[in-house]
Amino acid sequence: MAKAVSIQIDGIEVQAEEGQNLVDAIRGAGVFIPSLCYYEHIQPPLGTCRVCTVLVNGKPTASCTATVRPGMKVVTQTKELEDVRKGMVEMLFAEGNHFCPACEKSGDCDLQGLGYRLGVTATRFPHLFVNRLIDYRPERMVIDHNRCIRCRRCVEEVRTDAGKAVFSFVNRGKDTEVAIDYKAETELTEAQALQAMHLCPVGAILVRGKSLARPVGERKYDQTEQGWEKEEGAIEVPTPKPGAPKKVVATTSLAGCFGCHMSLLDIDEELLDVVELVDFNKSPLTDIKEFSRRCDVGIIEGGCCNSENVEVLRAFREHCDMLIGVGECAIWGGLPAMRNFIPIEECLLEAYGRTTELEDSKVVIPKHEDLPELLDRVYGCQEIVRMDYFIPGCPPDARHIWKVLKHALFGQPYALTHEEFKYD
Amino acid sequence: MKPATDLPDRRTLLNDLWAIQLEKRHISDQGIKTLAARYQLSEVEIEGVVSFYHFFHRQPAGQYTIYVNNSVTAMHSGMPAIISAFEEATGARIGQTDPTGTFGLYETSCIGLSDLEPACLINFQPFTHLTPQKVKALVWQLRRGVPVEQLANPIPQHLRYQLPPDRAVLLRPFVPGETLKPLLQLDPEEVLSTLEASGLRGMGGAFFPVGKKWRLCREQPGNEKYILCNADEGEPGTFKDRMLLQYLPGLVIEGMIHAAYATGAAEGWIYLRAEYRWLLPELEAAVAAYYDRGWLGAQIPAKSPFRFDIHIPLGAGAYVCGEETAMMNSLEGLRGEPRVRTYFPVERGYRQKPTVVNNVETFAAAARVLEIGAERFAALGTPQMKGTRLLSIAGDCERPGVYEIEWGTRLAEVLDWAVAKSTLAVQISGPSGQCIDPNYGDPCFDWDDLRCGGAVTIFNTQRDLLQILRNFSSFFAEESCGVCTPCRAGNFIFTRKLDKLAKGLGRADDYVEIQNWSNIMRQTSRCGLGRAATHALLTAMEHFPGYFSWYFSPNGAAGAQPFDLEAAVSDYRETVNKTLGTTKTN
Ligand SMILES: Cc1cc2nc3c(=O)[nH]c(=O)nc-3n(C[C@H](O)[C@H](O)[C@H](O)COP(=O)(O)O)c2cc1C
Ligand code: SF4
Ligand code: SF4
Ligand code: SF4
Ligand code: FES
Repeated sequence: MAKAVSIQIDGIEVQAEEGQNLVDAIRGAGVFIPSLCYYEHIQPPLGTCRVCTVLVNGKPTASCTATVRPGMKVVTQTKELEDVRKGMVEMLFAEGNHFCPACEKSGDCDLQGLGYRLGVTATRFPHLFVNRLIDYRPERMVIDHNRCIRCRRCVEEVRTDAGKAVFSFVNRGKDTEVAIDYKAETELTEAQALQAMHLCPVGAILVRGKSLARPVGERKYDQTEQGWEKEEGAIEVPTPKPGAPKKVVATTSLAGCFGCHMSLLDIDEELLDVVELVDFNKSPLTDIKEFSRRCDVGIIEGGCCNSENVEVLRAFREHCDMLIGVGECAIWGGLPAMRNFIPIEECLLEAYGRTTELEDSKVVIPKHEDLPELLDRVYGCQEIVRMDYFIPGCPPDARHIWKVLKHALFGQPYALTHEEFKYD
Repeated sequence: MKPATDLPDRRTLLNDLWAIQLEKRHISDQGIKTLAARYQLSEVEIEGVVSFYHFFHRQPAGQYTIYVNNSVTAMHSGMPAIISAFEEATGARIGQTDPTGTFGLYETSCIGLSDLEPACLINFQPFTHLTPQKVKALVWQLRRGVPVEQLANPIPQHLRYQLPPDRAVLLRPFVPGETLKPLLQLDPEEVLSTLEASGLRGMGGAFFPVGKKWRLCREQPGNEKYILCNADEGEPGTFKDRMLLQYLPGLVIEGMIHAAYATGAAEGWIYLRAEYRWLLPELEAAVAAYYDRGWLGAQIPAKSPFRFDIHIPLGAGAYVCGEETAMMNSLEGLRGEPRVRTYFPVERGYRQKPTVVNNVETFAAAARVLEIGAERFAALGTPQMKGTRLLSIAGDCERPGVYEIEWGTRLAEVLDWAVAKSTLAVQISGPSGQCIDPNYGDPCFDWDDLRCGGAVTIFNTQRDLLQILRNFSSFFAEESCGVCTPCRAGNFIFTRKLDKLAKGLGRADDYVEIQNWSNIMRQTSRCGLGRAATHALLTAMEHFPGYFSWYFSPNGAAGAQPFDLEAAVSDYRETVNKTLGTTKTN
């Protein structure tokens, strides 16, 4: 029987079991600490993701790799630590290729859940856009390397009855990835295969024909998930002073699908209120093509995939006091960025060389001085100009867009709460 | 499911892989299958080990495998021209073999010959001071069938600065067995207290007190303990251990014997980096000589006679294996990933048994402490850093080589001895150390100042600092073990950041970001590699504000980010031009 000892967490004395994993002790004390790779019964702990970093006796330590010792002083909540841990999650998003709208694990995914929980809207790091394999060769599984966070759970845990490892890390450095043994994989029982799929904290291991998807409401990160305090309470929306001049708003859709614009219009009759408050300048909603005056706010949907997008975005920056990026595409490229892994020549030949029905059977890639030129990849808006705010979502909900907008126009900008910006 | 510990012992795996690599010039699918069967592992696990180490190839690497090194000093000494000369002479492109499979040409990290650059290894034999003409002649002779060993250069000692006899510790006359004599009078406890009294610290970078480390090991229960000599010397620009192993191997071996006596360990390893494979025959001969004299094996003469054996396993090309716990994993036949720090190696190290890991120089110095006495040793150096230290000096100077200096020596003095002219910057302790302006505050080698891990690399005013830092950054991105997020992804992200700066696209925001991102890596990385990876960049930014102000120009007033539209559309233009008039091939 483990001995209860007293330790300090954020200055408060608490009781914990000597030798207990520190993550569990911190959580036992009712303090939130994120984790991704931590898997209770794996010893020694994996310690790969580093999102659980805290200070132990003043020293930065991944808390899942520490055990409770009497008198230890743990600091979990400082601005810096919170930023550092959030940075870790952002780094994983920047490293992998996470297209959540197309992912089976969405809603049940620990990485996504942490992104929400820590309020990650955009990553501070440039997306690496490394072309990663989706491995369809295993008989029973599909391994999507775009989503793997190299937590190592599968490497340690998944073994055949004969004791052989099914997964292993291969390569090293920036090229480190998880590989599956095609032979050992066939020796797994159905239950073992499913276990592999479920222990993966993200959607990297899929078992063919077995859906991960659970109905909305029953998923791990649906809003009632225990331990996640529900953030509620009506947020007061500021209103303009009577007689104040109307604010001027411009909008544009760059490399997006107009979904965010559709969402923008989705507020139904409230739209009438909005028209009272703002004037639209250049916007597809008004069909005004050029800026005719300075604007208070520019709303950008989509990232930049061609030279025209870049020019338009730059013009918005020049004519608007504030730029708000709406939706994933504006933030980092979104779904259109799926082409970032394919050389542009291949993209163009696929579109114009192989699939179009041209009579003279020549490859004709459209080129004209009036036509925009394609960029080498899709860029998020902040790679081209400074952006002031982002509203995440694919697409974000209309009410949230307007709430942010109204705050931005008439009061203080505010961060959306976790509940509000969950769109998985 | 069976726990991993029930699986067969895989300690000999690296050895077996070496045998296959050297004979077949690569590890084929068949080779992987064979080993998987031998060790009862799945193939992917063997693949995981093979792909971790740079010198194991999955494709044939040529009858002659040439490794040119891409260290900063090599690059500054004209390596690009050497690479071209090899490509031309062999017909192999870098990273490949020639069509006949005779020559394979590969880049690798620093090979520990920075005083003799440009240098390369051919079938693990050293070739130094290369010129394009020499390369041509060399390849011609190889084609004629002259054995590589015959062509390889002798490696000069390059002992550049020796302290006067009353102050020298390491580089003084050595008589084999001399340092072992005191053992006849001392019991292990006295050896420990001598070392403790000397104040000797580890020389591999962490500077942990040696006596204390050995004592901690001695105090561990059980009688299965190990001594591990860290001869991985991977930090680019460092080559002092090479010199010790080549010219004073006996001193290192004697240091290990002391450690064994003091801790009660009966087995030791010298983990030799594969880049020093050419030293192996001499080193094995040196160990054999100790066996011959009865100073190794059973019944080593001492106050209480003891048993100790030394083996010399080889690494296989991975900088991170210099990290002590990664080294133990590597010895166990695993990927060389640093372990999670739940235990210290002296508690649970190699094979989960108490293990003392020390640097080559540390063992040599420990032997000398026993020889000259703690008092004489402790009288040297500074209050915090006793004794002396070997420096590997290379780069832009006339006298590169190994220098023994007393702690407390000023950098300016050392640069004078090395005849360094128009020095712009000095890299202390290799890429994971500091990049400093030597004229700033008259720095000296001491605990609170230049706590140097052994390398001093000099850059003159002709050199491009950013290019140097970019070189370091890709070094870390390649050499990271890849196991933890901040180091695996962070170093990769940093290479992109430095590319951005190099293109002139940096802004003041980037300066702040570099600090923030570095802090994240420092706080979260599992081992020293990730924690130190941006140290050089941060110190350079601090020491050379004028130089960097150009790279961090003020943020655009209109909020425009630097973005090169012309460059971004060039692929498109090229494709359009290329396909003009081509016919469809469905
Ligand atoms: C990435 C990394 C690489 C290292 N490389 C070496 C090395 O090449 N040689 C060495 O002696 N120590 C190296 N070390 C330090 C070792 O982990 C260990 O601290 C040292 O061998 C202990 O010996 P000492 O106490 O004699 O210094 C490295 C550490 C890290 C984090
Ligand atoms: S694995 Fe998680 S974060 Fe990645 S795409 Fe899927 S749901 Fe999103
Ligand atoms: S596949 Fe899943 S379980 Fe395995 S390392 Fe990747 S993220 Fe972790
Ligand atoms: S810091 Fe780098 S080298 Fe060290 S464990 Fe992490 S990934 Fe591996
Ligand atoms: S949860 Fe602690 S390192 Fe991953």
